[in-house]
Amino acid sequence: MADLFRAALAIAIKDIRVEGRSRTALISAVTFAALVLVIFNFARDPGALPKSALAPSVLWITFTFAAVIALNRSFALEKENAALDGLLLAPVSRSAVFLGKYLANLAFVFVVLAVTLPLFVLFFDVGFEGGLPGILAAAVLATLGFVAVGTVFAAITVRTRFADLMLPLLLFPFLMPPVTWAVQITTRLLSGRPVGEILGWLRLLALYDVVFVTLSLLLFPLLMDE
Amino acid sequence: MTGAPHPIASPLLEARALERRFGSRWALRGVSLSVSPLQCHLVVGPNGAGKTTLLRLLAGLARPSAGSVQLLGAPLSADAASRRSVGLLSHQSHLYDDLTAFENVEFAARLYGLPEPAKAARVRLETLGLAEVADQPLRRLSRGMVQRVAVARAFLHDPKVLLVDEPFTGLDPESARRVSILLDAEMMGGCGVVLVSHDVHEAWSVVTHVHVLVGGALVSSRKRGPVETAEAFLQEYRSLLRG
Repeated sequence: MADLFRAALAIAIKDIRVEGRSRTALISAVTFAALVLVIFNFARDPGALPKSALAPSVLWITFTFAAVIALNRSFALEKENAALDGLLLAPVSRSAVFLGKYLANLAFVFVVLAVTLPLFVLFFDVGFEGGLPGILAAAVLATLGFVAVGTVFAAITVRTRFADLMLPLLLFPFLMPPVTWAVQITTRLLSGRPVGEILGWLRLLALYDVVFVTLSLLLFPLLMDE
Repeated sequence: MTGAPHPIASPLLEARALERRFGSRWALRGVSLSVSPLQCHLVVGPNGAGKTTLLRLLAGLARPSAGSVQLLGAPLSADAASRRSVGLLSHQSHLYDDLTAFENVEFAARLYGLPEPAKAARVRLETLGLAEVADQPLRRLSRGMVQRVAVARAFLHDPKVLLVDEPFTGLDPESARRVSILLDAEMMGGCGVVLVSHDVHEAWSVVTHVHVLVGGALVSSRKRGPVETAEAFLQEYRSLLRG
């Protein structure tokens, strides 16, 4: 078990180091998030729809779409120089490869979230009024689940000719439940509803995480064999 | 290392009746190979003959449709640790362009669980004459230097079996000669080598066995003659291709 985490950590640190040098995924994801927020902010008819009605959906759509850009990069970098073969040749379990990629992807997506959330507050002028911890909890729980699914699909689609297109096509159906629940949580918290009202959604997000992180850990090794 | 008699030793790597299909197409049919210490098996064949597929099966990167690969007497891929005995040097470097040469090799050292990975990486890079460029990003290095970093990565964990795919491609004569010397040194250390190369002349000094792969099947498989030249073997190879 110690070997698994040691190898996973080495892979995660390597991925973060590579992204730290190239910044390809992060700059793309953060720029995309900022542009979407700007477009939603100005392309809306203020008389027809108040910002508060639109804000939760905009936040989650922006965040998850931007996260997909970051996820796409995670296995694309292994394609250069057939580096993935080097990983798979090493005497580490395929689960360690998944965990390493998963940890690195979580780090990237949390950075995207850390940038998206202040931009969202800036453009949509929302006051969290005590709801911020709940929104962050929803963000963390939703991210843990969909990044696991996204890591598995990124590993599958990187071997296809249209990886950039295939990942969203495969991933979005699996994103619908956590995004829907996260939107419900955000809507209630932004309208000042009590925290008790969101506990059910948070439990659903936690259940999604347990199911999909476990499934991803089990399926990933099978998907890596040619 | 020029075709001198070698002590008989139990095989490091044994492939038995390997077959691999991609849909209805056969990439490999009934390929058997036995590699012992101090042996270098040269596999030649035209493009699409199945050479790279063979190496991928021997490395455990792909599963055979039929047949088996035994590594040190145990089935390959039975557990992750069995892969520790294999090193694969490919024309693809398995390296990251955005990392330095040192970071690439150190990462491999961590994956292979070597004690003191940073030290192991530095020592290996120094041995290959790369100490001065160790901290440069890989993308700034020449093709020959990148290949040497790839060698450092592939041989870092002192594997018992080396699988080498077109190691001389794109290298200048000096860099190609260095790779030959390295292969020779690894063999003298007790390794068994399977070498796929079109550059028979460059590889010939280390070769002990020759195999000709055509259409996924071995059409010739034998020891290299003690005074046989690369040119003589190439003539035989061409006549085999003509059929």
